[in-house]
Amino acid sequence: MSDTTRMTATAIAAAVRGGELSAREVASSALNLIAQHEGELHCFNVVTSEVALAQADAVDEKIARGEDPGPLAGVPIALKDNLCTRGVATTCSSKILEGWLPPYDATVVTRLIEAGAVSVGKSNLDEFAMGSSTENSAFGASKNPWDTSRVPGGSSGGSAAAVAAGFVPIALGSDTGGSIRQPAAFCGTVGMKPTYGLVSRYGLIAFASSLDQIGPFSTTVTDAALLLEAICGHDDRDSTSLRDTPTSFVGPLAEGIAGLRVGVITDFLSDADPLIVTAVRDAAGALASAGATVDEVAIPELMSGLAAYYLIAPAEASSNLSRYDGVRYGLRVDGPDVAKMNAETRAAGFGPEVKRRIMLGTYVLSAGYYDAYYAQAQRVRTMVANAFNRAYERFDVLLGPTTPSVAFQFGAKIDDPLAMYLSDLYTIPSNLAGHPAISVPFTLGEAGMPVGVQVFAPALGEQAMFRVAKAVEDAQQAGCRGPVELSAGASR
Amino acid sequence: MAVEFTPEEVRYVATLARLKLSDEEVASYAVQLSAVLDHIDAIRALDLEGTPATSHSFDLVNIFRADEVRPGVDREEVLAQAPAAEDGRFRVPRILGEAP
Amino acid sequence: MSEIVPGWELTVGLEVHCELQTKTKLFCSCANTFGSVANTNICPVCLGLPGSLPVLNEQAVEYAMRIGLALNCHVEPSIFHRKNYFYPDMPKDYQVSQYDEPINRDGSIELPSGTTVGIERAHLEEDTGKTSHMGGGGRIHDADYSLVDYNRAGVPLVEIVSRPEITSPEDARAYLNELRSILVATGASDGRMEEGSLRVDANVSVRRVGTTELGTRCEVKNMNSLRSLGRAIEYEAARQVELLEAGGRVVQETRHWNESTGSTSSLRSKEEAFDYRYFPEPDLVTIAPSSSWIEQVRGALPPMPGDRRRELTAAMAKSNPDLDASSYQDQIVTVVDLALDGLVVGAIAHGADGRLALARGANEAAARPDEARALSVEAFVELLGLETSGKISATQSKAVLTEMLDGHGAPSEIIKKLGYEGVDADALGVIVDAVIAANPNEWLRFVEGDERVAQFLLGQVMRETKGQANGKLVAEAFGVRKSR
Repeated sequence: MSDTTRMTATAIAAAVRGGELSAREVASSALNLIAQHEGELHCFNVVTSEVALAQADAVDEKIARGEDPGPLAGVPIALKDNLCTRGVATTCSSKILEGWLPPYDATVVTRLIEAGAVSVGKSNLDEFAMGSSTENSAFGASKNPWDTSRVPGGSSGGSAAAVAAGFVPIALGSDTGGSIRQPAAFCGTVGMKPTYGLVSRYGLIAFASSLDQIGPFSTTVTDAALLLEAICGHDDRDSTSLRDTPTSFVGPLAEGIAGLRVGVITDFLSDADPLIVTAVRDAAGALASAGATVDEVAIPELMSGLAAYYLIAPAEASSNLSRYDGVRYGLRVDGPDVAKMNAETRAAGFGPEVKRRIMLGTYVLSAGYYDAYYAQAQRVRTMVANAFNRAYERFDVLLGPTTPSVAFQFGAKIDDPLAMYLSDLYTIPSNLAGHPAISVPFTLGEAGMPVGVQVFAPALGEQAMFRVAKAVEDAQQAGCRGPVELSAGASR
Repeated sequence: MAVEFTPEEVRYVATLARLKLSDEEVASYAVQLSAVLDHIDAIRALDLEGTPATSHSFDLVNIFRADEVRPGVDREEVLAQAPAAEDGRFRVPRILGEAP
Repeated sequence: MSEIVPGWELTVGLEVHCELQTKTKLFCSCANTFGSVANTNICPVCLGLPGSLPVLNEQAVEYAMRIGLALNCHVEPSIFHRKNYFYPDMPKDYQVSQYDEPINRDGSIELPSGTTVGIERAHLEEDTGKTSHMGGGGRIHDADYSLVDYNRAGVPLVEIVSRPEITSPEDARAYLNELRSILVATGASDGRMEEGSLRVDANVSVRRVGTTELGTRCEVKNMNSLRSLGRAIEYEAARQVELLEAGGRVVQETRHWNESTGSTSSLRSKEEAFDYRYFPEPDLVTIAPSSSWIEQVRGALPPMPGDRRRELTAAMAKSNPDLDASSYQDQIVTVVDLALDGLVVGAIAHGADGRLALARGANEAAARPDEARALSVEAFVELLGLETSGKISATQSKAVLTEMLDGHGAPSEIIKKLGYEGVDADALGVIVDAVIAANPNEWLRFVEGDERVAQFLLGQVMRETKGQANGKLVAEAFGVRKSR
């Protein structure tokens, strides 16, 4: 049996569609690699071998019947464990949801199955997507395949690590303040947050509803565009889902970037690690060489984003997480009356970071603080979006770092919430504005860990964003992206 | 200036949030949340008089659904997930206060 | 302004929750039906399952607009907020409701008495599930445990909040009755208090006559009928007056009306703190009805009870100009409340006697309003004409109407079946002449003015007609012959 674990999604789909590979072979190959190395990396809360093989067989049967198996035919994929999968445990890496079997599939899951993808498992995350390292998972952290003493980033760390390890060529994550892009940067993969409303949130277990978006992980920009094509588009079940949005992202990649105007956000270069600053400048140079016009732009308003985010996201989360009360599903710790049962259940079921954010969100929404905090944060949000949009009068896309540093060691920030929060400084503004952004591996930085460069675009500017991301990728340093050699990576 | 999140406030907020906290948790949240609030507090100083609040990234309006019945979920499938069920309903310990 | 206790004035504001008669719930496609088997109308959305999202029912918005327009409100762009509190009947532990930007604002209701009560707002929100308390006689505090059914969770409600402008228990009842008629007229509600599709809470406060500042109010819940609303307000006002006169202070709180003891009691639970932490619901978008939509809804509204009372009053004045309108106002209110005014006005327009049409409408028809609404105007006019012309008696007319409500056909057929025919004026004349011929002595005494034999002669005619002759006509026939 051939090893298909280093193939891109594009290549696998072409081979399966063309009859050169069976979907079952591809799935088996992925499951074998996972079986060998999952113990070291803990990318998954559950590996769904039977589901994967059944889905693969369905693809092979479609091909045998002469039907179109879909654009992702036979491509193994990891699903972040905050996406509902019918009859498959969906936990958000929380004890409060342990064992819960959703009675329905998220819209993106339905679309992936229609597209022929093969789901191999539910990937680990920081509990309820709150965190930047997966250290907040109730079921143990995932490891960075580049260096297992380091975090993979978060919250979608399991998905990033699974792609970096070569377990799967693509994965889905969710990004509320950088939860796709930050782990992508830490793990040397591509990770992209779409425009708010481009991908349906139906079936994504909410963290902060006005900021959450589902998006792709992959090893290449082309694969990210391919995966986005499969999951994007209007959904009647999500009231915030946009209509009449672009549907084609792979095709336009061929257009190149000649004439595109790129602005480098200088505010993001002052505090970042020097090697990361160099990477951004080198990437800008590469884009200029490829025909873009490049200039610098200061957008100081973006630096207020972090504070606004840490008001809005916990506020919405405190409300979204109220439903975990021990009444209808999930954990219950009994008590003499319903209020005590609720309080005991939530005390036992939520981890420290989730409690911290529920407390913060409850506080800022409570009487007397709403205007000073929440309403003011919503005004900051307007300010951030306006500032971005002013920059987009001069530029088609913006460029900056994804993270201030490379992947950090386990335990480095877990006891200092504010330091952990600061690792989202460059990713949060896009969530506040609802704009798309992508992290692309560009070089190796401190301790030989991968460095991601971030490309920002205005609302529904995904096509230009992908084109520029592809140009960044074309100039990337060899060996800065996954999949890594696992035996070498794991022993480091 | 430092924002003080007192243990009393922590306890009150925990009651609102239906979280039972240990004394140690109360003490550590008081310190950690004060630090976070201290950082966040900077935005109160921004003069944004006249800037509208954004609660959605896009100004979508009038997103509706037709009033047509569709099948829901199977009751037994849902009740099987419940911590306690009886007689086709969800069972909870006694309720002390009436709904507000 | 009535003084409920001498020296004290009463102020009441009412909050009425009205379930909308949509086919589906507010934010999901589950059936909105009453009385289904527990937890059979549920889905991920109304169960608040993780990952589910709400999508607003357009018909619910239209019903809310109808209600607002019928209450003379302004329909405005609006949004939903989340009202956060924990309660097991609420699947998400927050209620999606409208807060400071409701769909309808600033309206009014004119009561039949002419008093106007302001409407502050009429907003959309979702209903909660239903809890049953097991053990301890079904009472919440004594129960061993509770069971929750989420069939009602997410059913669309419009909450109509009056201004605190109601000053007597009678006006409170009249307001609720009028509001119910309006809600039913819009088609948005079935108006059934007993099934809980209309629920009322009363904010009650008292103040000394002459003071301008409102007293501290209590919110009284759990009134299940118009009657209990009036009783609860009376009790609560008296309780507050007694408290204040004894030098005490009214505590702002929610109180529960107990129908069997006829009293209110505090609902406050010591350990509960309520701080709803309202914020805009991020999963839903703004409702901004276009002016053309608003005008289309307004244009499609049927006439409201106030308009219909005016129309019926005008028809009565034309038909019976000599009658004092105040003598039949109560009947007009009844007829309009039961939506029988179409029948009555139609009958008057077709020449029926107004007083008779209104009386039959407010009594016999009102006893069975559902069947009465199904009567044709033509049949009703025919019946009333037969009674007016004396072909049938009042007693017979009521009996025929009953048969008509039973669906037994047209008046003429029923009369034939019941044997009421054959005593028309010509036939009656023949019988009267025969009775005179057969009783010459009695007739002579009658002609000479002995009124006592009149009863005897009438009895003879009644015997001949098997009791079906119209007594008034018989007397007239004798009178005509006497004066010849």
